[in-house]
Amino acid sequence: MNGEAIPAPLLPTPLLEVRQLAMHFPISEGIVLNRKIGEVKAVDGVDFTINRGETLGLVGESGCGKTTTGRCILRLERPTAGQILFDGRDVNRMERQELTALRRRVQVIFQDPYSSLNPRMKVGDIIGEPIKVHGVERDPRRRRDRVRELLSVCGLDPKFTDRYPHEMSGGQRQRVGIARALALDPEFIVCDEAVSALDVSIQAQVINLLEDLRERFGLTYLFIAHDLSVVRHLCQRVAVMYLGRIVEMADSDELFDNPLHPYTQALLSAVPVPDPRIEAARAFRPPRGEVPSPINPPSGCVFHPRCPMAVDGCKQARPVLRELRPRHWVACSEVN
Amino acid sequence: MTITARTPAPVAGAAADELPDANRSPLRAARQFVRRQPLGTVGLVIVLVMFAAGAMAGWIAPYDPEANDFAAMMEAPSWAHLLGTDQLGRDIFSRLVFGARTALLVGFSSAVVGGVIGLVLGVTSAYFGGWFDLVFQRVLDVLMAFPLIILALAVVSVFGTGVVNVIIAITVPLVPRCGRVVRASALAVREVPYVDAARALGFSHARIVLRHMVPNVVAPFLILLSAFVGQAILAEASLSYLGLGVQEPVPAWGLMLQGGAEEYATTAPWIAVFPGLAIVLTVLGISLFGDALRDAIDPKLRDR
Repeated sequence: MNGEAIPAPLLPTPLLEVRQLAMHFPISEGIVLNRKIGEVKAVDGVDFTINRGETLGLVGESGCGKTTTGRCILRLERPTAGQILFDGRDVNRMERQELTALRRRVQVIFQDPYSSLNPRMKVGDIIGEPIKVHGVERDPRRRRDRVRELLSVCGLDPKFTDRYPHEMSGGQRQRVGIARALALDPEFIVCDEAVSALDVSIQAQVINLLEDLRERFGLTYLFIAHDLSVVRHLCQRVAVMYLGRIVEMADSDELFDNPLHPYTQALLSAVPVPDPRIEAARAFRPPRGEVPSPINPPSGCVFHPRCPMAVDGCKQARPVLRELRPRHWVACSEVN
Repeated sequence: MTITARTPAPVAGAAADELPDANRSPLRAARQFVRRQPLGTVGLVIVLVMFAAGAMAGWIAPYDPEANDFAAMMEAPSWAHLLGTDQLGRDIFSRLVFGARTALLVGFSSAVVGGVIGLVLGVTSAYFGGWFDLVFQRVLDVLMAFPLIILALAVVSVFGTGVVNVIIAITVPLVPRCGRVVRASALAVREVPYVDAARALGFSHARIVLRHMVPNVVAPFLILLSAFVGQAILAEASLSYLGLGVQEPVPAWGLMLQGGAEEYATTAPWIAVFPGLAIVLTVLGISLFGDALRDAIDPKLRDR
């Protein structure tokens, strides 16, 4: 430090940067002579960044690769290609020590509140175990206090420490999952369909909790979901995935008010409106046909067989994400 | 997932439970077992009686099982010798009672040791997957290709006879049998999100295997274990019968059978009949109990 003023960066450095991420699962045949007969292109060239304190929603229908993307970021899966930079460091190049540090900074909340908690462990142990393993709090009494504090932060009575997960409701269990994710004081949390399995009334409570936690602890979320109204409420930016690729990415309100990609338009038109008169008058144009198999995705733009705007060129050239409006990126050659 | 029962838990307001046996009071579970599994209860009683006999052999047996009484050789059952005496004048009832100790010691220790080794190896194999799993499974295939008793014979021929070596000999073939079954359950557990959560929390492989996966495959493991005890007792009797197991003068059922069956089957049948009955009864009791245990733990059959 020689006193020279370091210019503040114009853009905030992203906390997470995903570059050309690809995850192809091999389909193999034979036991002795194991040969690859194909691959499932679960994620095929995905780019996005998430800034500190921001919440990015990742939406798309089942099987579009959003969960796999999240698993790659958590390093539960080793991607086939591409880079995941967390705070500027490549997650997949990390050695043991650095990886342990990453585990404290990046956490996950799962969809199913039943299977995401070990049924053989008490709630206090489930939340206390990471604190113990990472040596955050070695004194058992202080660790117990910390667990009780985490429970109350997540809106649960501290008396739940001695309960087993099966003695709790789905919403309570999901709060335990959230408390476990918070136990190591992370900066970034992958919420993988974190509210999809809950009742609507409980969904709202958990969403509010996630919002409170975000403000209170300055958290950054990757919010993976298929419920668009939840995403609009919680996320600043939204990326829409289709067959392993991002087709559109924009600020939340911009994307919902002004969708440009034909797939996003179809997706949004499928969201029911809670007013029967509007709902009846509304034009719902589902895309033709079925989602193609990710084993053998269509050439060029993967959406072309179902797209109402498709032209011959869509079969050849794979469209890249273009910034058609400020901060609004679309992967479609026909939209302007 | 193999273990996703949705049975109502007894706690008010609680939701479904994944491992249904975790939330019931032991007493209530026991009462329910007795009511619904009469045959299993009979099996359990037989096993408990055998256990009691083995444990308190010193008090129950009227004679020293290794003492010869040459004045009373090959005597038929009488009030002095309840089940008669053998060709060396040893009291058969006393030898049976002490034999229970040998049978249960060998049966339980080889089943438990073999089972636990197989449990940990099977779960580890499922957890790591890939090449490790592939190689491990082929090794198990090779070991499983030999019938239990043949493999046990091979081990005895390497280590020699005697109680401890017999336990080792029976443990070895049980390991792959347990590993195979446990691996299948563990493969399902491996895909459950709480294992992913443990990985995302940066836990060590050993912790994930031992704390998060092993406790969740104990239900199938316990059933397997009960079957193994029966198999191990039979194997010990067979080895001893062939003269490759427990050695004289230690009382063992297989040994008693061998000593009696060959020469005295017609002249003094009690020498062979009673140890044979003891083997049949014990293995039958364990099998009945094991089957009932499986039915009681299987969530699909429970609470009906």
